[in-house]
Amino acid sequence: MNNPLVRWLALAGVLVALLLLAVGVCVGSTGFENLLTPLLHPERDPGQTAMAQQIVWQIRLPRTAGAWAAGALLGLAGAVAQGLFRNPLADPYLLGSASGASLGVALALAALGGGAGMLGGGSTGSMMNGAVAVSVFSSSVWVRIGLTGAAFVGAVAAVLLTLLLSRGVGHTLRLLLAGVVVGVVLGATTHLVLLFTPDSLQAMQAFMLGSTAFVGWTSFSLMAGVWLVCVLAAWLLARVLDGLSLGDATALSLGLPVAPMRAALVAVLALATGTAVAQTGLIAFVGLAAPHLVRSIVKTTHAHLMLLSSLVGGVLLMGADTLARGLLAPQELPVGVLTAVLGGGYLLWLMHRGSRHNGGAA
Amino acid sequence: MSAGYFDGGRFAIDFERRGMNALCMYLFRLPKCWLEGRAPVRFAQVKEEPAQQAGDTEQNALASCLMVVFALALAFMFPNAAQALQVTDDRGVTVTLPAAPQRIVSLLPSLAETVCELGRCDRIVGVDRYSTYPNSLQKLTQVGGGLDPNIEMIVALKPDVVLMAKSSRAGERLEALGIKVFALEPKTHADVQRVMLNLGQLLDVPDAQRIWRAIDAGVSAAAQSLPPKARGAKVYFEVNEGPYAAGESSFIGETLTRLGAKNIVPAKLGPFPKLNPEFIVRANPDVILIGQRSAGSLMARPGWQSIRALRENRVCIFPTEEANVLVRPGPRMAEAARIMAKCLETKSPANGGKP
Repeated sequence: MNNPLVRWLALAGVLVALLLLAVGVCVGSTGFENLLTPLLHPERDPGQTAMAQQIVWQIRLPRTAGAWAAGALLGLAGAVAQGLFRNPLADPYLLGSASGASLGVALALAALGGGAGMLGGGSTGSMMNGAVAVSVFSSSVWVRIGLTGAAFVGAVAAVLLTLLLSRGVGHTLRLLLAGVVVGVVLGATTHLVLLFTPDSLQAMQAFMLGSTAFVGWTSFSLMAGVWLVCVLAAWLLARVLDGLSLGDATALSLGLPVAPMRAALVAVLALATGTAVAQTGLIAFVGLAAPHLVRSIVKTTHAHLMLLSSLVGGVLLMGADTLARGLLAPQELPVGVLTAVLGGGYLLWLMHRGSRHNGGAA
Repeated sequence: MSAGYFDGGRFAIDFERRGMNALCMYLFRLPKCWLEGRAPVRFAQVKEEPAQQAGDTEQNALASCLMVVFALALAFMFPNAAQALQVTDDRGVTVTLPAAPQRIVSLLPSLAETVCELGRCDRIVGVDRYSTYPNSLQKLTQVGGGLDPNIEMIVALKPDVVLMAKSSRAGERLEALGIKVFALEPKTHADVQRVMLNLGQLLDVPDAQRIWRAIDAGVSAAAQSLPPKARGAKVYFEVNEGPYAAGESSFIGETLTRLGAKNIVPAKLGPFPKLNPEFIVRANPDVILIGQRSAGSLMARPGWQSIRALRENRVCIFPTEEANVLVRPGPRMAEAARIMAKCLETKSPANGGKP
């Protein structure tokens, strides 16, 4: 709190996010176009304004804001994971929780695909001949909540499995190995499930590359709501992370209820990851890069770190999404591919710089 | 003079098929045709061009006779080269087979369909898991997928030739094991024709050209069956929820163009581009064509409610079986054209798409 850099960084995070929101609203299938002018001056060309309103309100704004929310959730999840496991390499992907979440989504789709076809096509049933399977890109509220729930359960199961295999967080190498193994096994299981449900195969393949293409207000609201809950919970639980960073014994000697707080943080991690994955698919590296980016600028407590890395994560994904839309317009790059390239490049640079300055890992 | 006489490959097949009887017949006929002043042997291709045949002069007949003598001499001097059947595939690789293959494994649904359309369905002994049409194929051994075939199973089937997509990497592996691979890549209408003629040559089906013309005529007939009011509608064909669209330059797009529809995805974006969904909202198609598998979220996509096709219920949702017909560049393209024509006829706005 007493470090002024934290406040400046938070302010910068919010400002850059707003700036990117404005830019994101102007980038679409025609590349960059200024839609703010027709929106702000409706009297000049009513037709243009109507088009701009529709495009901006129904498509670009929820999508851009949704990218921010997903990035914020992943940034938060990354900071929580790194604090919880006392490991700078921990991220929602390395712990297997993202793979668990996508397995949850795939299983839910496979289960719903057969019987409950009306769930997704409920509002459109009459024109869609009824029997249409639930789509992973559906924006029906119940489908979104259901998929988020499935992703959450999958993420919790994956994190617990990782912890079980690594026998706690004491041994870094064991933890990472367990996380990688769980991630690979669950990822393979997801593909196996998809192989037996050809109806959702193609959609899931596109989905798993990471996509904000169909994020609407429903998905955004869900992510924003979960984000608020998670940030609040993380803020309240941050003290245990500060304690844990000095070792289990220290944390216990501070009188903290370590075990329940840890469990609660695992839940926050799984909820944040699951919600992001259920809406936007697998988007790599945001959760890993955001906390590192924050730490490279400012050293602070976990409460601040989590909030800041959430803001930074949001900005990162928003920027990546805007790029993904603009680079090849009207075609689109899968945003997960873009974040992997950009985030991976950034981490390599960070490691290179770290090894030059400190003679050690970043 | 028909090209058939110059085609060593064809001569060799004919020779191979009829065996020694044919040789005796040629030898016996030679002096006879020389006396009678006409061509000695009639091949299937010759029969297709009666006008030319009738115009043969005595000089041509002499040349024909000499050609036969020459070909026979070649056959005796280089028995292997002359008897072999040589066809070049889409990789530019010339595949040499001793005779038309009797045991075929196909790793691409459209190729299996083409083989069956050419009347050689009974020679297929194994297919990939996606080849389900015609129904007789479903009883055959499945050897995995086109991109991930089970090499062992293919080898065990002892095929004379394996038909596969050019893009599959399994070809090199199979060739290293001594199995003949014929790689073809049907992507456009022209490709479908080329693939059909190539396979016709490989499988010794003389009337491949006629079969192709019948299919092509089927597409034209579907286009002509459309009333003028059903033409000119702006259409969007979604192949999967990415959203990936079938552009003008795709196989599906070519059929749509022939049906008089205006594809909202221009050829310059490539055959199957992954689009920003907003592009489709702005293009505001009159009719949407989509497979059942990806139709679920259509109405619930952000901003899509304003698209004319969705506002006015102008959406054709194809059940998976029909969708398979539409997306496979093979002999069922006439059927595909009829399915899409029916869709356009029932769903196109009456004013030809002009609002």
